[in-house]
Amino acid sequence: MAERILMKGNEAIAEAAIRAGCLHYFGYPITPQTEIAAYMAKKMPKIGGVFLQAESEIASINMVYGAAAAGMRVMTSSSSPGISLKSEGLSYIAGSDVPALVVNVQRGGPGLGGIQPSQSDYFQATKGGGHGDYRMIVLAPASVQEMASLTIKGFDLADKYCVTTMLLADGTIGQMMEPITFEDAEPTVYEKPWALTGTECKRPHNIVNSLYLKPDELEKKNFERFEKYAEIEKNEAMWEEYMMDDAEICVVAFGIASRIAKNAVAEARKEGIKVGLIRPITLWPFPTEVLKAAADKVKSFISVELSMGQMIEDVKLATECKRPVSLCNRTGGMIPTPEEVLSAIHKAEKGEF
Amino acid sequence: MKTTEMLIAGFGGQGILFSGKFLAYKGLLEELQVSWLPSYGPEMRGGTANCNVILSDTPVGSPIVTSPDVLIAMNLPSLEKYVNTVVAGGQIYVDSSLIDVKVERDDVEVFYIPATQMAKDEGISTLANMIIVGHLLENHPELSFEGVEEVVEKLVPAKKAALKELNMKALSLGKNYNK
Repeated sequence: MAERILMKGNEAIAEAAIRAGCLHYFGYPITPQTEIAAYMAKKMPKIGGVFLQAESEIASINMVYGAAAAGMRVMTSSSSPGISLKSEGLSYIAGSDVPALVVNVQRGGPGLGGIQPSQSDYFQATKGGGHGDYRMIVLAPASVQEMASLTIKGFDLADKYCVTTMLLADGTIGQMMEPITFEDAEPTVYEKPWALTGTECKRPHNIVNSLYLKPDELEKKNFERFEKYAEIEKNEAMWEEYMMDDAEICVVAFGIASRIAKNAVAEARKEGIKVGLIRPITLWPFPTEVLKAAADKVKSFISVELSMGQMIEDVKLATECKRPVSLCNRTGGMIPTPEEVLSAIHKAEKGEF
Repeated sequence: MKTTEMLIAGFGGQGILFSGKFLAYKGLLEELQVSWLPSYGPEMRGGTANCNVILSDTPVGSPIVTSPDVLIAMNLPSLEKYVNTVVAGGQIYVDSSLIDVKVERDDVEVFYIPATQMAKDEGISTLANMIIVGHLLENHPELSFEGVEEVVEKLVPAKKAALKELNMKALSLGKNYNK
């Protein structure tokens, strides 16, 4: 087995990206994700890759757009306010159907907010921060190991479907160190016949573009794109279930919140409370089916989030409001303790919401 | 299932994060599950630092330590802030050269180590942290002192090779303190 090493979550993303064959990184520093850029700055020149610190977030996302159009595996990373700046570019990339990986190591908002961990960009990530009808695949790592594995998976999904994958992490997982192993695997290579690689006068030229002035053409394009999204929804939802077999209360949490919730679930189990956890790993597509099925078995749900309650809306949609869903949350950079989640479980057990 | 949650706190520059990294790496070598979480917020810029280390024989849940089994306090504000968060039966390591108060709890085990003074006397003034770590390892069979060379080797960069020996010296000082 490969050696276990200790690595920060942010560094794990960068190392995994390089191993996935990403040789192009464009970014702009912001706490708490700057280690990604620092790692890339150190490594990329040594392996013939490009590290470029752009003049702004807007410039860097458009560099990503360009490299993606040229068929490169490419990424950028930022934190909440920086992602807002990149949102125009995200919409253009979606409108052009080119693949890219974008990392958001979230911090508290809105505005400049703070630099402590948060999950309050859930809406922005899953419902589209940019304009227009589009979707991004959104992956939510809950460990340093997943920071790496979902980065690799993220590139593959992006290439497979020609979409943007967003890795939606938070300051805690970005900053913490945990043991991690890297398997020696060659990156998967996807054909990109649409890429702008130069025709050498041997083929018709390719066009990468998001401008469609004829509404019927644009409508057709959007319908086609949503067929692709439907495929993704059908095939790519990922989640983890913990102690759900006989659960009467279901806690739903992703990322760092899921780890805190897990502690609380384990505590509650010791008290004999039948509670389990569903952890969405993909936030889009949301693991609707498993939650819908859970709604037929459990009495209530608790959504644990580092926000004012954003994922809770998807939990209600997925469960078709068949069961009450309560919210256990902290925000602004605060993190709930396992005790706070446990007390939400106690309330749910008594039927209080 | 055994889990040890540690909180290490002090001023920036005392090697707080490094001590945590050292303990986490030692745990890794002992094939434990580990997590290490540094403070990175505005308090870092105000000069205080702390980090959370969890060692467990099962996967680590929340990496955030709110009720430590072990507290290392390298200055008075840290001791005052965290003394009451330590679980009953827990351990507190106090750098008694910098903290001249006693812990007023009788449900915890307290180790007073004049680490900063010891380090100064030995000409390794930046390594008080490792003196305390050395002492802690002696009290923690799940980590043990054995194999510390490997951790030092891993964590001290080749460019600073001279520091390896000094780290070893500090660890031994701590190991043998009060013996």
